[in-house]
Amino acid sequence: MSPDATPARETDRSSGQPQEAGRRLAPARVLDVDPLLDDPKTRIVVCCGSGGVGKTTTAAALGLRAAERGRKVVVLTIDPARRLAQSMGIDSLDNVPRRVKGTEEDGELYAMMLDMKRTFDEVVEAHADPERAAAILSNPFYQSLSAGFAGTQEYMAMEKLGQLRARDEWDLIVVDTPPSRSALDFLDAPKRLGSFLDGRLIRLLTAPAKLGGRAGMKFLNVGMSMMTGTLGKLLGGQLLKDVQTFVAAMDTTFGGFRTRADATYKLLQAPGTAFLVVAAPERDALREAAYFVERLAAERMPLAGLVLNRVHGSGAGQLSAERAIAAAENLEDARIVDQGEGKAESRNSPETHGSSDPAEPTGVSPGASDGTSAAPSDDTSADSSDDSPAGSPSGSVAESADAVDRVTAGLLRLHAERMQLLAREQRTRDRFTARHPEVAVAEVPALPGDVHDLAGLRDIGDRLADNRRELPEPGA
Amino acid sequence: MSRLQVVSGKGGTGKTTVAAALALALATEGKRTLLIEVEGRQGIAQLFETEALPYEERKIAVAPGGGEVYALAIDPELALLDYLQMFYKLGSAGRALKKLGAIDFATTIAPGVRDVLLTGKACEAVRRKDKAGRFVYDHVVMDAPPTGRITRFLNVNDEVAGLAKIGPIHNQAQAVMRVLKSAETAVHLVTLLEEMPVQETVDGIAELRAARLPVGRVVVNMVRPQVLDAAELELVRTVPRTALARSLSSAGLGGARRGGNAERLVDPLLAQAEEYAERYALEQEQRSVLGELDLPLHELPLFAEGMDLAGLYELATELRKQGMS
Repeated sequence: MSPDATPARETDRSSGQPQEAGRRLAPARVLDVDPLLDDPKTRIVVCCGSGGVGKTTTAAALGLRAAERGRKVVVLTIDPARRLAQSMGIDSLDNVPRRVKGTEEDGELYAMMLDMKRTFDEVVEAHADPERAAAILSNPFYQSLSAGFAGTQEYMAMEKLGQLRARDEWDLIVVDTPPSRSALDFLDAPKRLGSFLDGRLIRLLTAPAKLGGRAGMKFLNVGMSMMTGTLGKLLGGQLLKDVQTFVAAMDTTFGGFRTRADATYKLLQAPGTAFLVVAAPERDALREAAYFVERLAAERMPLAGLVLNRVHGSGAGQLSAERAIAAAENLEDARIVDQGEGKAESRNSPETHGSSDPAEPTGVSPGASDGTSAAPSDDTSADSSDDSPAGSPSGSVAESADAVDRVTAGLLRLHAERMQLLAREQRTRDRFTARHPEVAVAEVPALPGDVHDLAGLRDIGDRLADNRRELPEPGA
Repeated sequence: MSRLQVVSGKGGTGKTTVAAALALALATEGKRTLLIEVEGRQGIAQLFETEALPYEERKIAVAPGGGEVYALAIDPELALLDYLQMFYKLGSAGRALKKLGAIDFATTIAPGVRDVLLTGKACEAVRRKDKAGRFVYDHVVMDAPPTGRITRFLNVNDEVAGLAKIGPIHNQAQAVMRVLKSAETAVHLVTLLEEMPVQETVDGIAELRAARLPVGRVVVNMVRPQVLDAAELELVRTVPRTALARSLSSAGLGGARRGGNAERLVDPLLAQAEEYAERYALEQEQRSVLGELDLPLHELPLFAEGMDLAGLYELATELRKQGMS
């Protein structure tokens, strides 16, 4: 990667406006996804993280963005939510990359969903002669193994990634990792399968065919028969025979499974690969993210940064939660007092409602002395035209003013809740940053709803790439 | 009340928290429950603020009224050796198997052996009796794999029984299936009031039903408090901005005229209200989707400051109040 395309850059901490404190988490380094996606040397982007953080959506949004920025992209998803597949205009994703329609800028985007069994079958068909392949495919042990028991999904995801890369048809492959109990399974699986297939157990299981009658192997044969005897007792003779047949067929037809798994693993370590750890600003998700960051470093896998989804912002960050609550209480107390003393009308009459009237008991707070009192009469003209809300043509002024105060108090409480959420997200984020200051972070502002179409994915992509200090106005 | 309560849910919905709260709720009034973790994440230890759990049943909490919650984090490898020991008194042969990589093979690669062990261990705890012939645990709560994998996970014994057509594994698998498919078991799904988790819950229930596994209840977790109701949201849409500005001003937040501090709050506050309204409508929609499932529905509140031990007890109380235990 060229130095100017480095995805992370130092940000100017001093540029944040003081009144925005608490609005925006201040990362030490900002992850710029566009240079990463644009760099022709970036060939694989792997999105990993714990479940429920928007990993698949992030992968799809990155893929779309890269395609619309001129790269030919394939997104490999693993078990996406149906709606997400639909958002890419594909009712059912299968094991073959399908062109996604409706991309802009002539972007070429393909999407596919991993079909474990199909992928496994293809591996067998590609590496065994037809007769042997048929024997493997009809083996009951194989059928169970390939249909998706623990681990198979991970191996097949790696296998598919290797295949896609080998075809060299796409500039960029974006992969979403399987929804494992731990994202680390994705890294561990190939090694485990490799070491198993190369291991002594396999040799033992296949021993009857290979070692039979050879001199000097007597000891091993004794051990073997004891072991197969035990396993036979345990599993039932038929299953053991199925396993043996399967293993023998696998072993003789593509003993190079380990080589392939190793090759894919090396591919992941290569400079053309970028890992993105996806998380939400929640304690558990970020704890997993930190763990994953450490693990990637230990495996010498290239980490591009952290994508932090669903970060909240506020356009009114200058108003703290405490002040918002105090103000809401002011309004609610005033209502009670008003109702008791029948003063509602006078309090809300044009003469006394004035925001800057120094005589107003609930008036300007010390923090708000920004010169508004200099022109107290400015809003009165607007007031008269707006004083009667459309909803209360004949209702008493007191009642409607009460209703407005109630709504205002509600808005203030809503805001207080939002500010508390922001503070919490920041604390969680800071804990991660303190532990891993080297990790660049891209924050994605939260959307109120789910993504349903390409426009939604594009929006996510925009939010992902947008590193302005200012968050877009919520709802704007 | 089923004796084995399996708790599943989409990742991120807080199924471990709900499972732990349920174990507490079921343990009240002098009962004893076992909370089983199968995914090796030590989530239970974190929730109960204790050190990492070893592979042994140990008491982690006392429930209101003197009940006890035990917890067990199942280590598949140790569980397999345990299992071999229990059934075959393997001893050194077990160690030899381990040396050969057979245990690795069995717990990570071989078809479902891992899942067989996990479900088997849970069923064993359900059926275990003391010398007096009483059940050791009144209830067993399992923090199970996520919704996407739950049916396959629970059904693995069916598949294994089909693969190993005879032998002790076959018999064991069938015995486990008998417990899992009986009224002794209830599978609960945890969801959030969001589209994807709800969709996954609906799909998951269809799968469980198709596999004839007993579906229990749906728990909606982390329900946010209602700040504005439908009538207030309607009012937000119609109220003049200047009236809001004046109201904010009278609450002590500065000037109501254009550019004044209170006036400048109106737009962002309305934008936040709009987001809230959108979410509110979405949540109502998801509630009605869940309502169509025709299953008992429970709602648990969101703890804004994050989950801790006190929160867990609160959730347990809430579950009891709602009749889930």
